[in-house]
Amino acid sequence: MREISYSEAIREAMCEEMRRDPNVYLMGEDVAVFGGVWGVSEGMLDEFGPDRVRDTPISEAAIIGAGLGSAMKGMRPIVEIMFGDFLMCAGDQIVNQVAKARFMSGGKARVPLTIRVTSGAPGSAAAQHSQSPESWFMNVPGLKIAVPATPADAKGLLKSAVRGTDPVLFFEHKMLYSESGPVPEDTDFTVPFGKAAIVQAGSDMTVIGVNVMVKKALEAAEILAGEGISVEVVDPRTLVPLDRATLIQSVAKTSRVVIAHEAHRRSGPAAEIAAVLAEEAIEFLDGPIMRVGARNVPIPYSPVLENYVLPGTEDIVNAVRMLI
Amino acid sequence: MDKDKLTNHSPEMLSTLFRRMTLVRQFELRAIEERRRGLIPGFIHSCVGQEATAVGACAALSQEDAITSTHRGHGHLLGKGGDPKFMMAELAGRSTGYCLGRGGSLHIADFDLGILGANGIVGGGFPVAVGAGLAFQMRGEPSVALAFFGDGAINEGSFHEAANLAGLWNLPVIFFCENNLYGEGTPQDMQTPIADLALRAEGYGFPGTIVDGNDVIAVYESVLSARSRAMSGNGPTLIEAKTYRFRGHYEGDPQVYRRPGELELWKARDPVPAFRARMLEANICDEAELDEIETSVQAQLDEAVAFAAASPVPAVEEALEGVYADTHRGLVF
Repeated sequence: MREISYSEAIREAMCEEMRRDPNVYLMGEDVAVFGGVWGVSEGMLDEFGPDRVRDTPISEAAIIGAGLGSAMKGMRPIVEIMFGDFLMCAGDQIVNQVAKARFMSGGKARVPLTIRVTSGAPGSAAAQHSQSPESWFMNVPGLKIAVPATPADAKGLLKSAVRGTDPVLFFEHKMLYSESGPVPEDTDFTVPFGKAAIVQAGSDMTVIGVNVMVKKALEAAEILAGEGISVEVVDPRTLVPLDRATLIQSVAKTSRVVIAHEAHRRSGPAAEIAAVLAEEAIEFLDGPIMRVGARNVPIPYSPVLENYVLPGTEDIVNAVRMLI
Repeated sequence: MDKDKLTNHSPEMLSTLFRRMTLVRQFELRAIEERRRGLIPGFIHSCVGQEATAVGACAALSQEDAITSTHRGHGHLLGKGGDPKFMMAELAGRSTGYCLGRGGSLHIADFDLGILGANGIVGGGFPVAVGAGLAFQMRGEPSVALAFFGDGAINEGSFHEAANLAGLWNLPVIFFCENNLYGEGTPQDMQTPIADLALRAEGYGFPGTIVDGNDVIAVYESVLSARSRAMSGNGPTLIEAKTYRFRGHYEGDPQVYRRPGELELWKARDPVPAFRARMLEANICDEAELDEIETSVQAQLDEAVAFAAASPVPAVEEALEGVYADTHRGLVF
């Protein structure tokens, strides 16, 4: 199978969906002429024109709200928010309008809105450009949240998001953009929401990783294999809906679990996953549920400080060793 | 055509305007009573005194045109063709309401009537209206989106972003401000450094006009004109309608903030009896015809209340419905 980057996979997904359905359009800051500050939408303005690939002013609330309004009136918008940190500039539109429009209207509002947003620390971007805000929105009923870790999942999940009729927060980790991987060429290839992936089978330990931490979990697994510890790496792929069955099944097999994400440890995605496992898999567990996340401080600027705060492969290895 | 003259318009249209204003007035008073009686559990933010803006603006729109409404939206909803039965049932939290009892007064929506939703967030509707206008433009549909809002909402950041985008992209959007001199419990002159909010339009590249919000004909004509502008590809308009609300921000509001003498001054310009008098004076209707309209509106409201009271409350399981189109077999909960 051909290999393409995460970034190219996302572009392919958008282009295929825009070719397939004239109601799909893309808007956001610098997505058209610039081709996206991360290069994801390069070439799309040429193919689809300025009506369907739109540069907006720096107005996150208007971007998201206009996405909502146009979705209600028959369009299928993909809106891009440049950094996940900036979602807060559109807080009301996301939480009070987009997430709730369908429910409040008695199920009548149609909100096929995909909000693509970057997540994670790209290195020395400092506190307001480095956050992983997934769990802030896990607490808001009405949203769906995707956290692809591979190019294939990025493409497949994005196609599912665009084709679906529910609002999706689609988090793209910045450090995954240049990672390559096998991606099917079938233009109808989609990945379902609510289906985790067993990235690597193992028997002694389950490590659940969110986006960039999947890679680090695999690195940790290799180190630990050298110590005779067999690690099963699981990727939830979507946080809402969450594939509880697959996670529980893995824990039932291994009896030990570490959950790792780049988001801050306190009330990060692992907190919810841990609670689910504690409620539904307690009889399988031989030890506490360990969580690996960023320290509970704003992400610092200086690399030595940033590296201290952000979770890495070593933190996963250490958590596993504590459990064994 | 003489501006704001009754004779510009057909007797049927004028009769419709009077009927709708009467319906809005009576609906609000009845809802207030039913809240007191316990049929309606939630807060009422009545628009008594603002019937001319709601009815006049909506009368200038087609069914396909979209509106976003506010927390004070019953007049907008009725003006856009909302049925008092389904509105009263929604206020009463019954499953026959517009939102199946899940939204209440603040969230009434009906997409067939072009009502994208009332809103519990001041300023929450601006970007949504702009999005509807964007869809109309992209799809080549001959419709406009009208965002209702008040003098309080204009200071929300969402207004700035939405107005800027609408002006930039020349979208078919009408920003319709009902300046009733109060944003919640604080007077307008203590929230905004300028008195005429229409001035702000210039900063977004489109015209702003001021209209007497208690003159339903003036309001109607201003929106017709703005609609025509938008339909000819000339972009947005900001209309500031000067009006006044006769009751509190919400029912039960002690209104300690109201300036002395102000209410009496505005009650003397009550838009509903004022229009009634104009209709008589211009011989559009006689007393008997106007009485008949008022009586039939009362009957309509009796029917609406009876309908609401007799309607079932939703089954509790319905609280889990309509959150998502696809629940992934319940996994989203």
